[in-house]
Formats: sequence, C-alpha cells, structure tokens
Amino acid sequence: MLVTRGFKGKRRDGDADRLRLPPGQFLTPEFPVLTAGPTQHTRLDRWSLALQHGGSLLGKWSWDQFEALPQTEITCDIHCVTKWSKFDTRWRGVTIDDLLRAVGLDSAPTGFLMAHCDGGYTTNLLVADLIEARAMIATHFDDLPLLPSHGGPARLLVPHLYFWKSAKWVRRLAFRENDAPGFWESHGYHLRGDPWREQRYEGDR
Amino acid sequence: MINAATAAAQWRVATVTAIRAETATVKTISFDVPGWPGHLGGQHVDLRLTAEDGYVAQRSYSIASGAGTSPQIELTIDAVPDGEVSGFLHEELRIGDRIEICGPIGSYFAWSAEYDYGLLLIAGGSGIVPLMSMLRSRDAAGATQPARLLYSSRTIDRIIYRSELDRLAARGAQFTLTHTLTRNVPSGWTGERGRIGRVMLTRRQFTPAGNPDVYVCGPTRFVETIVEHLIKMGHVAGRVRTERFGPTGAIRT
Repeated sequence: MLVTRGFKGKRRDGDADRLRLPPGQFLTPEFPVLTAGPTQHTRLDRWSLALQHGGSLLGKWSWDQFEALPQTEITCDIHCVTKWSKFDTRWRGVTIDDLLRAVGLDSAPTGFLMAHCDGGYTTNLLVADLIEARAMIATHFDDLPLLPSHGGPARLLVPHLYFWKSAKWVRRLAFRENDAPGFWESHGYHLRGDPWREQRYEGDR
Repeated sequence: MINAATAAAQWRVATVTAIRAETATVKTISFDVPGWPGHLGGQHVDLRLTAEDGYVAQRSYSIASGAGTSPQIELTIDAVPDGEVSGFLHEELRIGDRIEICGPIGSYFAWSAEYDYGLLLIAGGSGIVPLMSMLRSRDAAGATQPARLLYSSRTIDRIIYRSELDRLAARGAQFTLTHTLTRNVPSGWTGERGRIGRVMLTRRQFTPAGNPDVYVCGPTRFVETIVEHLIKMGHVAGRVRTERFGPTGAIRT
C-alpha cells in the first residue's frame, strides 16, 4: 500500500455503504451511460429474443410472447468497471431459469454462453453466473420500460459481475461448449469480471 | 512494435514530474512511470489514491500524451465541482509526489498507426483529451490520411490545447481544425458558433465519404445527440466509437 501524500478523501461513505462497495468502487446516485458506440433503437414489433445451442434454436420469443413469460422483480446493487456503483436498483424481467424452463430444459445444455446484441456487442458468461436466479433479461427499471440508452427494450442483468456483462440490447443467448472472449473481453477486460475479486482487466486474478 | 493493446494492465508507482495549467479548471500532470509498457492514442489509466488510514479512491483518466513506449506519460484532468480525486489532483498534488497508476487500459477507443484511415474526431469539453492523444500519435507517426477535429467548448478560454492544436493545423492540410463555441463568442471569431448539429457536421465535411473512422468523446447527451446525427448522415455504426462521461461527469470525479 502506497499512501498518497496529502490525500484524505472526502467522499467517504458510511461504514455500512463501504461494506457494500467492492474494492476500488465509489457510490453514485446517478445512472451513467457507457457504451462503445451508438445507442441502438429497436422497434418492439421487430424485436425477438433467441436461445440457441450450437446451430440449433432452443426457443425464440416475440416481444408479446416474452412479456407473457413469468416476470421476476429484483433489487440489487450494480458495479461498473469504470468505478461507479449504484445501490438498490430495481428491475423487472425474466430470469434465465424461467427462459430455460420455457423451452423445456431442467438445466443449461453447456457451461458457457455468449450474449449477442443489436449493434454487434457480445459478452461471454459462465452459465453458473446466470442460473439460480442470479441473472435475468430485464425489460423494466424502476417500474418503467427500460430506456434505449440503458439497454432497452431488453438487456441482460447479471448484477454480481461488472456491468459490462449486463449486455444492452440483447437479442440472442448462445450456449457454447467452451469460453471465448466477447467484445470488451477482447479489448483488455477480464473474462469473468467479478467486482469482489476486482477482476477488471485481462490478467487480473 | 509495442503491444499496448494486449499488455496486461498492472499497478505501477508513478512520480509527478510536471504540472501545468491548461485552462482555469484543467491541468496537465506529467508522470514518470518506470516499466510503462507503452500505449496507444486514446487509451486510459486508473489512478489509485490511498489515505493514511487505508481509505482508497480510484478513478479512470484518459491519457493525453501520444502513443509510444516512453515512461513519461501525461494526463489532462478537469477539476469537476466537489470532485474527490480531481480536486486532490488539482489542489494538493506536487512535483515529486508518488501515485499508483494502472494501465494502459482499453484498446477499443484507441488509434493505432497500423490503421491509418481517414479520421473524424468530435470532442465536447474535456472530451478532447483522448482525441488529443490520437492527434499527437498520428502526428508523430507521420500518418498520411486526412483527419478532422470538431471541438466544442463553452467559451474561448475553456479551449484545452488551443495553441498546440493551432500548430498541428498550421503544419499541413492533412489536419483540419474547427472550433465551435456554445456560449460567449469573442469579436472577430472565425470558428463555428453554437452546438454541433447536422448542418455544422455537413458544412465541416464530417460526412461518410471515404468510410472514415469516427471518434466522439464528451458528456453523455453531447455524444448521444451527435451520434444520432452521424448515423442519419449515413455513417456506419461500427465505425463510430464513443466515450461518454455520464450525466454529471460522475465517471471522472
């Protein structure tokens, strides 16, 4: 630990907040927007979500069909790799468990998954990080439809990983036999991205 | 050839070697970073500040200096109101102080001389910093493809790197500089006035002709608005790279 001469820090959050903040993060009441390129605007009548395994389609939903799936609400803290964290965010959507159930599967067919999004964004995930109510396809934030700038109409929500894993504008979840880097993971960021282990960048343990 | 794009970022101890004011609210800090692996124009670093009682604050800042393997790097830092880290860097940091730096980070919002395509750069406020790093890299590499910069500032005294940009623009026709001022415009001003819109983008030839690489950096709403114009003008979404500050600059406090 290198003490920075003269640095005291004035943003200090309360003890309870600090226990909830992963290392290197700070608390913000804002909801910053970070995206590598243009915001995508997808019309609901042209939207669909597909679940794939290899070359085969496990299931595909139109917007109306997707909205008819079991809905789950969760309140969670989110952590962006650019250092901000936001507490008690409220989301509604469909858990990955319910998506699997909807296509008649008791468990995921493989251990890895790539999320594909409008605009070409991808991110890789361990299936273990998605099941058992740990992740959802979110369509609502604070009871309102998710704005395009925040990933609407639907984004992946994996709150226990850095937020680049919660891919905006998600359209296709493809189960894979092996792991492979997605977009940011190919540009110097960590393959898994656990904020509590501070897995920000390639090479972080 | 440096391998900055894939070099694993790691923490290093940097020493402050120079501090200079760019504008009333912006300073450039030079660091000596032994072991620095080199970087590309547009990459960023994380700074880690540790108080005596162990309290830690980290923030990300764009690298301002041009690409290369020199262990001397520069960061240009805007003092955001009540900023915990930027306030410390502006008011407390002295030459000779040591600070932890991790980087370089991010190989997407970055320019490499290996990909010397036509370049369109659009900056709002301190969003100029990573774009300046690209321009400096491009100048040092002797890039031959044309580059244009459209740089929006509130007032003339808020323009960062003004004289250096003028020198780069005067050096040759391959770099075209346009400023726009959104608040007060001094008499005799020959640049643009007002916010960047489609008419200004077209007038200044920020068109898709030649399939240029486009980099836009600034506050969230600035970037959102401009990118929507660019897409409507026919730019290919995959060639438009963006970096946003967040709604209140929360990212760079």
